[in-house]
Amino acid sequence: MTITEIQEEIVNEFSFFDDWMQRYEHMIELGKSLPLIPEVHKIEDNIIKGCQSKVWVHANLEGDKLHFTADSDAIITKGIIALLIRVFSNQHPNDILNADTTFIDQLGLKEHLSPTRANGLLSMIKQIKLYAIAFQTQLN
Amino acid sequence: MDSTAIRADFPILNRKVNGQPLVYFDNAATSQTPQQVIDVIADYYTRYNSNIHRGVHSLSQEATDAYELARRKVQAHFNAAKAHEIIFTAGTTHAINIVASGYEELLQEGDELLVSAMEHHSNIVPWQMLCEKTAATLKVIPMKQEGTLDMDAFTALVSAKTKLVFVNHVSNALGTVNPIERILKEAHAVGAKVLIDGAQAAPHIKVDVQALDIDFYVVSAHKLCGPTGVGMLYGKEALLNALPPYQGGGEMIAEVTFKKTTYADLPHKFEAGTPNIAGGIAFGAALDYMNGIGFQAIAQYEAELLAYATKALQSIDGLKIYGEAHEKTAVISFNVNGIHPYDLGSILDKMGIAVRTGHHCAQPIMDYYNIPGTVRASFSFYNTTSEIDRMVTALERAIGMLQ
Repeated sequence: MTITEIQEEIVNEFSFFDDWMQRYEHMIELGKSLPLIPEVHKIEDNIIKGCQSKVWVHANLEGDKLHFTADSDAIITKGIIALLIRVFSNQHPNDILNADTTFIDQLGLKEHLSPTRANGLLSMIKQIKLYAIAFQTQLN
Repeated sequence: MDSTAIRADFPILNRKVNGQPLVYFDNAATSQTPQQVIDVIADYYTRYNSNIHRGVHSLSQEATDAYELARRKVQAHFNAAKAHEIIFTAGTTHAINIVASGYEELLQEGDELLVSAMEHHSNIVPWQMLCEKTAATLKVIPMKQEGTLDMDAFTALVSAKTKLVFVNHVSNALGTVNPIERILKEAHAVGAKVLIDGAQAAPHIKVDVQALDIDFYVVSAHKLCGPTGVGMLYGKEALLNALPPYQGGGEMIAEVTFKKTTYADLPHKFEAGTPNIAGGIAFGAALDYMNGIGFQAIAQYEAELLAYATKALQSIDGLKIYGEAHEKTAVISFNVNGIHPYDLGSILDKMGIAVRTGHHCAQPIMDYYNIPGTVRASFSFYNTTSEIDRMVTALERAIGMLQ
């Protein structure tokens, strides 16, 4: 699936929930199923700055696709990362670079996160795009 | 205390948040504002908004009178000897910075400053900056597991080298009431001065700065049912006179020529520029409001809320309370086994319950307990036991979701 198609799928999935308690429940479930980052990559270098809970993201290239793993010490944050990884993992770095993140606005995620978490969300997207730039340069 | 009547004074308590009636348990961050205080602010801008201390016209005189009356209300509340020992500031942080900046000229290499391990960052960082500039040394009064200061260690640290001691009257993160009488006595015995951060104490405890022989006491109005952006620096007259001004500008001068400017007397020396006039007047009104209820009644009622909430929270499996001092204000900092405080706070918010999560600007305390932060529920006299029940129910639901 393309990045756009995955985003549409997520928006569709969330539309079944009536209120934000249910959406949070869903995000928590997603957080629990997040592909965990191997302990060796849980290092200071992989911590995303700007998040109040700790977030580690690691990327590696498999063929010409970028593969992400991540972890956080807070479960709702893990849920948010799980959504981002679902959107961006196993995609070509160039596609990641050119992708928009309209699903975040469509879900109303920013409005329903605390201001610090919303900032953290933006930092995560920025970090994912930085990885894409770095690996795109490798592919060129 | 008639909590129904009191709650009617606070329009915000009728609000719904995320579709649920608001339960506001973030009072240690900021208290809510009663209609009486809101009216005073509206009245100022509606009837007599004008600049103070320098106008010849009637509005300016009315505003000046109201502002200076507020200063005397603050003076009376804290029982300062003189009205000009009350400096209006932008808040606690600003007040601390005035003193820290002033001591830059009064300290020398080898001088020692003592700071408690349970301070808010605003009572740590200005002193670290001061030490960088003056080559004075900052030493830490350690804390103990139950969230109290290690007073034996304090006694051992105080010496003839000690020039200043900084301690909060009440810890914002733990609610611990610190033994300021003993600290003042031992510090004074070696000639040191003490700055007490009263931001968290003033909403719960009426302080008599003369009876306790306090050197500096600082508070924020917004934790005392007043508006944001205004606070108090109390200092003994001689100490304030010895401090150089913090900011230059209008209001703080006696005479300005390009050769030399002489400074105004207290309190104006530290009040450069147009102050927060409406804020100052409302600060006075907020103290009137709280004194109307009575600090003894407030303390007693809040102690009941604290005991009720502590018992209810302790019944939750895996919940650990940080800060178990014998003497506490109505603050409970806690974590639940295996759950990040952020997650709990987020879910509680969706159920209309406002608590604070994180390190509460007191990272050294969190490092001491080796935790990323806590959930902090802080109560005020307008909160009720049924609100505490709602929090406990919400917590149980949140824990069920998160574990």
